[in-house]
Amino acid sequence: MRTPRTVLPATLLPLAAGLGGCHEGVLAPAGPIGGAENQILWETVGAMLLVVIPVIAMILAFAWWFRASNRRAAYRPDWSYSGKIEFTVWMVPVLLILFLATLAWSGSHDLDPYRPLKSDRKPIRVEVVSLDWKWLFIYPDYGVASVNELAVPAGTPVDFRLTSGTVMNSFFVPQLGSQIYTMAGMQTRLSLQADRPGDYRGLSAQFSGDGFSDMRFTVRATDAAGFDRWIAAARTSPSHLDNAAYDGLAATHAVAAPTRFGAVDTGLFDHAVAAATSSALRPTSAMNGVMCAPRRAKGTL
Amino acid sequence: MFGKLTLHDIPFDQPIIMGTIGVLIVGILGLLGLITYLKRWRWLWEEWITSVDHKRIGTMYVLLALVMLIRGFSDALMMRTQQALAGGGHLGYLPPEHYDQVFSAHGTIMIFFVAMPFVVGLMNIIVPLQIGARDVAFPVLNSISFWMTAAGALLPNIALGIGEFARTGWLAYPPLSELPFSPGVGVDYYLVALQLSGIGTLLSAINLITTILKMRAPGMEAGMMPVFTWTALGSNMLIIAAFPILTVTLSLLMMDRYLGMHFFTNDAGGSPMLFINLIWGWGHPEVYILVLPIFGVYSEVIATFSGKPLFGYRSMVTATLVITILAFTVWLHHFFTMGAGADVNAIFGIASMLIAIPTGVKVFNWLFTMYGGRIRFEPPVLWTVGFMVTFVIGGMTGVMLAVPSNDFLLHNSLFLIAHFHNVIIGGVLFGCFAALEYWFPKVWGFTLEPRLGKAAFWCWFVGFYLAFMPLYVLGFLGMTRRTNHYDNPAWDPYILIACGGAFLILAGICLQAAQLVVSIRTRNERRDLTGDPWDGRTLEWSLPSPPPAFNFPVVPAVEGLDAFWASKSAGPGTRRAAYEDIWLPENSPVGFFLAAFAAIGGFAVVWHIWWLALMGLVGGLCALIASSWREHGEICIPAAEVARSDRLANVFRVKN
Repeated sequence: MRTPRTVLPATLLPLAAGLGGCHEGVLAPAGPIGGAENQILWETVGAMLLVVIPVIAMILAFAWWFRASNRRAAYRPDWSYSGKIEFTVWMVPVLLILFLATLAWSGSHDLDPYRPLKSDRKPIRVEVVSLDWKWLFIYPDYGVASVNELAVPAGTPVDFRLTSGTVMNSFFVPQLGSQIYTMAGMQTRLSLQADRPGDYRGLSAQFSGDGFSDMRFTVRATDAAGFDRWIAAARTSPSHLDNAAYDGLAATHAVAAPTRFGAVDTGLFDHAVAAATSSALRPTSAMNGVMCAPRRAKGTL
Repeated sequence: MFGKLTLHDIPFDQPIIMGTIGVLIVGILGLLGLITYLKRWRWLWEEWITSVDHKRIGTMYVLLALVMLIRGFSDALMMRTQQALAGGGHLGYLPPEHYDQVFSAHGTIMIFFVAMPFVVGLMNIIVPLQIGARDVAFPVLNSISFWMTAAGALLPNIALGIGEFARTGWLAYPPLSELPFSPGVGVDYYLVALQLSGIGTLLSAINLITTILKMRAPGMEAGMMPVFTWTALGSNMLIIAAFPILTVTLSLLMMDRYLGMHFFTNDAGGSPMLFINLIWGWGHPEVYILVLPIFGVYSEVIATFSGKPLFGYRSMVTATLVITILAFTVWLHHFFTMGAGADVNAIFGIASMLIAIPTGVKVFNWLFTMYGGRIRFEPPVLWTVGFMVTFVIGGMTGVMLAVPSNDFLLHNSLFLIAHFHNVIIGGVLFGCFAALEYWFPKVWGFTLEPRLGKAAFWCWFVGFYLAFMPLYVLGFLGMTRRTNHYDNPAWDPYILIACGGAFLILAGICLQAAQLVVSIRTRNERRDLTGDPWDGRTLEWSLPSPPPAFNFPVVPAVEGLDAFWASKSAGPGTRRAAYEDIWLPENSPVGFFLAAFAAIGGFAVVWHIWWLALMGLVGGLCALIASSWREHGEICIPAAEVARSDRLANVFRVKN
C-alpha cells in the first residue's frame, strides 16, 4: 500500500517556490491597499494551516496505521460514536471560522474600495472607462486623457471613478491591490496608491470578448516631478477627446496601443456613463425600433 | 426556409474542427455499423432506450457523463496546450474566437453534462436499492428525465459542426451574451441546451424525492436511511429550489435575444447585474447539488472498507442538512468586486465561511471512521483518501476566497480556477470514480480490474496536483482566467507544468479505458457471485449482482442502520420468505420520442427555423398525449418466478 505522502510534498513544491521571491503579482504589493490585503491573506492562510496540516497528517496517519494488513492496530468494528470527539469536531471549525469572520468583517470595512485613503496629500482624480478592448483614463483636474497608460504620482492616493462603455470588465492592478468591476451605465469607486515609483501591470480581470487578452495597460508611478512632466507631455498631444471622439473610440472594437489626448471636454465621463445605456452606440443594429431615452446613471450601486 | 442557417455556418475552413467532426462521424458510423452487424438494434431498443428500469436509466446517465467527459477533457487539453504555446508574444494555435468557445464549452459540458448526469445517474441506480424499493416513484418520468438531459447534451456537440458555441464563458454573463455583443447562434445553443437538460434535472429531482420520502422499506425510519440516501435527499431538495431560478433566468435572457426585451441589456433600463445575482442564486446551490451526494459516496465507501459503521451518523446527517440550507445564503460571494458595500460583502463572506463548519465536521467524521478500522485499500478507498487530502486544501483556498479583501486580489484569477477545480475534481469527480469502482459490480455483475484502477488513480492524483497547484501560483502572479495569450515570462514555467499535469491526467483516463476493456474481457474470472464483493453494509449488497428487474424478491424489513450488515451479523434467518406476484411497469418509448422532438425543436429555435420548431413542439406534445392515453401496461412476474430467481441467487451466497 502506498500513501499519497511521497507525492504530495513534491507536487506542492511549485507552490512553495512561487510564493518565495515574487517580484510581481498580488504577493508583491506596491501600495497600502495591496499591503493590507496581503497581511489579511497570510493571516487567513496561517490560521487555517494550523488546522489543515494536522488534519492532512491525521488522514495519512490513520489511513496508514489502520490498514487491514497491520494486525497491531486495534480493530473496533462497532465504534461509531464519541460525544467528546463529536463536540470537538464541531468546535474546531466553529472557533476557526469565528476568528476568520472577525478578519473578514474588519477587512471588508477597512479595505472597502469606496473608502478614501488617509493621506496628507490631496488625492488625484482619475476617471476610468473600459472599452472594447482598451482602457481610457481621464484626468479631469488636468484636462488630459490616455489610453492603456495610467500615470500616477507615487505616494499620492488616486481616487478612481469607473464605468464601462461596453460589457462588464474588472479594473485590476495586481500589485496595487483591490480590483473592481466597471459596468455600463453605473459608476464604481476605488482608492489606490502606489508607494514607490515603478511600472506595474494592469489588466481587465473580467472576460469581455475576443480582444480581452490584450486589454492590458501599464501603470507608470513616478515622483511628483515625473508626473508633472507626463501631464505636460500629454498636453502637447494634438488629439482632442470630445463626445464625438469618445463615441468613435467606443465604437472601434479593437485593441489599442497606448495613446494620449491633449485636451478633454469636461463632463466626458458622464457622457460615457450615459452613452453606454443608449441604443445609439450598439455595435450591431440587431434590433430596430427599440429606442428609449438614455438613462442617466444615478450615482453608484 | 432554413432560418439563419446556411452552408457558410459549417466551418469548412477550420482544419481542427473539421478533423474532429470527421473522426466523430467515422466513430458514430462505425458504432451504428457494429450494432447492425451484431444485430443488436432490437436489444438496444427494448433493453435500454425504452427501459424504465431505474438501474438501466442510471447506467445510461453515467455512460452519457463518461462520453461527455471525453469531450470536456479534450477542451481542457486544448486550453492547456494553447496557453503553453501562447507566451512571450506568440499567439498559440487557437484564435480568440475559437478559444473563447472552447473554454465556454468546457465549463458548460463539465458541469451540466458530466458532473450532473454522473451524480444523477448514481442516485438513480443506488437510492432505490438502498431503501428497499423496486423502482423510483415515477419510472416513465425517469426515462423522460434522462432523455431530456441527453437531448440537451446533443446540442453543444452539434454546435461543434454547425454554427458556433457560446463565446461568453460558462455562465454567459450579459451584456456580453446579449445580441449586440453576441449576435451569433452560440449563446442560443447554450441557452436551449441548458433549458432542455434543466427540465430533465428538475423532473428527476421530483422523482427521487418522492421515492425517498414515500417508498422506503417498512421499518426504515428517516434516522435509519443510509447516508448516501440522505445526501441524495438534500441534493434533490436543492435542485427543486434552485433549478427553477436557472430556468427563469435563462428564459429572461432568451426573451431579450428573441423578442427584443430588455431584462439584462445595457440600454432601455435593463440590468445585467440582475442576471449575475439570479444566475448565482442557482449557481452556488449547484455546487452543493453536485457535491452532497458525493459526500454520501465517500461515507459509504469509507465505512464499508474500514469494516465499521460511519462515525457520527447523526452529525453527518445534520451537517448535510445545514449545508442544504446555507447553500442559498452565499451567492453574492461570486461578485464581491461589484462594489456592493462593506456590510453586504462582510455578511456574505461570513455566511460563505459558515459552510466550512459542517463540511469540516464531515471530514473529521470520515477521519474517525477510519480510526479503529481495518482499511482495505481497494481503488474506491484510494479515491476517497485522495479526495480527503485534496479537498481539505480546496476547502482552505475556498475560505480564503470567502474573505472579501482576499477576493479583491484573487477574484477571477487562476487562483479561483485552481480552487474550484480543486473541489470539483478533487471532490466531485474523485467521488464519481470511487462510486464507479464501488458500485460497478452491483450493476454489471463483475468487478473492475484493480491494478489498472490503482494506476489510473495515481495518474489522476499526481496529474491533478501538477495541473492545478501551478494555477494557484499563477493566480498570485496576477494571471487572470480566460487568457488567450500573454507576455509575461514569469508565468511560463507554471503554465508548462500545468500542461504536463493535464497530459498525466490524460494517461489516467487512458488507463481507465484500458481498465474497462480488460475487465470486460476477463469478466468471467471476476464475476461477483455473492452480490456482496466488498462486505457491504447497506441493502443494495443483499441483492445478487446485477439485481433482478424487480430488485427485491421480498421487500426487506428494516430495524436499524446498516440493515444488511445487521442481517449478516444476525446469521441466516429462519423465516421462510413469502413470495408474491410483482407488477413492473412496461417499457415506454415516450422519453426517447419526446427528447428527439425536443432536440429537433431546440435546434430549430437556435437557427430561427420556426416551422421546424413548431413541428418539434407539436410532435413532443403528441408524444406526451399519446403516452398519457396508453393502456397502463404492467408486466406481472409470477410469485413462482420470483421464488426461483431468489433461490438461484442464494445458492451462490450459501456456498460463499
